[in-house]
Amino acid sequence: MIPAIGLVVGIIAGLVLHPTVPLWAQPYLPIAVVAALDAVFGGVRAVLDGIFDDKVFIVSFLSNVVVAAFIVFLGDQLGVGTQLSTGVVVVLGVRIFSNVASIRRHLFRA
Amino acid sequence: MTERAADTRGDAWRRLRRIGAPRLTKANVLVTVLAVTLGFALATQVQQTQEAGLESLTQPELLRVLDDVSQRSARLDAQLGELQRNRDALRSGVDTSAAALQQAQDQVDRLGILAGTVPATGPGIALTISDPGSKVTAVHLLDIVQELRNAGAEVIQVGGVRVVASTFFDDEGTTVYADNAPVERPLTILAIGDSATLSAAMSIPGGVVDSVSQRGGVATVSIRDHIEIRALHTLIPPRFATPVPAATATASPTP
Repeated sequence: MIPAIGLVVGIIAGLVLHPTVPLWAQPYLPIAVVAALDAVFGGVRAVLDGIFDDKVFIVSFLSNVVVAAFIVFLGDQLGVGTQLSTGVVVVLGVRIFSNVASIRRHLFRA
Repeated sequence: MTERAADTRGDAWRRLRRIGAPRLTKANVLVTVLAVTLGFALATQVQQTQEAGLESLTQPELLRVLDDVSQRSARLDAQLGELQRNRDALRSGVDTSAAALQQAQDQVDRLGILAGTVPATGPGIALTISDPGSKVTAVHLLDIVQELRNAGAEVIQVGGVRVVASTFFDDEGTTVYADNAPVERPLTILAIGDSATLSAAMSIPGGVVDSVSQRGGVATVSIRDHIEIRALHTLIPPRFATPVPAATATASPTP
């Protein structure tokens, strides 16, 4: 409950404060956000599966973000940044979809 | 099956509620911090994307934009050239048509004076012939008109009649007719032209003034700087004569 409120608070703060993304973070922030979303949906699914663990969630959240950003960074260095970003987004998107499907089955049996 | 399913479903909601219940553990606080960060990053990124300008575009995208812009610019340039040409054409067209209109107006004025369809003004003479014996006839009037024309009169009025190419004089009894209109005595003749030449032509020995006085009349010539001839000739469209077509006219001159 509190994390959900925190999410809303964060969104509102972002809208109100209207910060500028630093140039060095611009390629990584979108991927990091998608990775974090994946971790969040994974966490919700774990809750419904009854196997949620705070530590695991925190670690997976942070590692997701770091790994996603690192992949993009690596891709930029190798000259395939755009393609790798697309790949990461596709993989994370698929995971988010499967997690959401699992959540839906738990909550609505459908 | 349905019962078990309902159970599981209830379990899921219960778990969600339990986990959602406010607990103040270290992990929960940390998760909340992460959530706040995620929300903040999400909102920031969304806004960044919405207001992203050219700097967020990749090189191929920039190239495409550049290409679009230059194509558009070339198109607009071509359009500009065309419109400028149109404008110039229209402007010169206006000039040409204005000149043509002016020329046509001049022509109309000239022809109108020649044909007697417009009033005319200018320097000239007024000739008054007092002729108690009514001895001055159409023949003399014709002589006077010839004499005036010879002296360069451009517009002539006899009595109330504008003298044009088709004007004729006629006698009936003691009344003189010009174009079938009676000319009242004393006869007044107005002529526009070089007034000195005209009056000299009237007054030469054996000229108009002389011949009138021989018949017992008195002809008075008065030179005027400003004569207005308002009598008009009504044009009657020719019934028989038509212009010879231009090509034939130049090809075969009249024998």
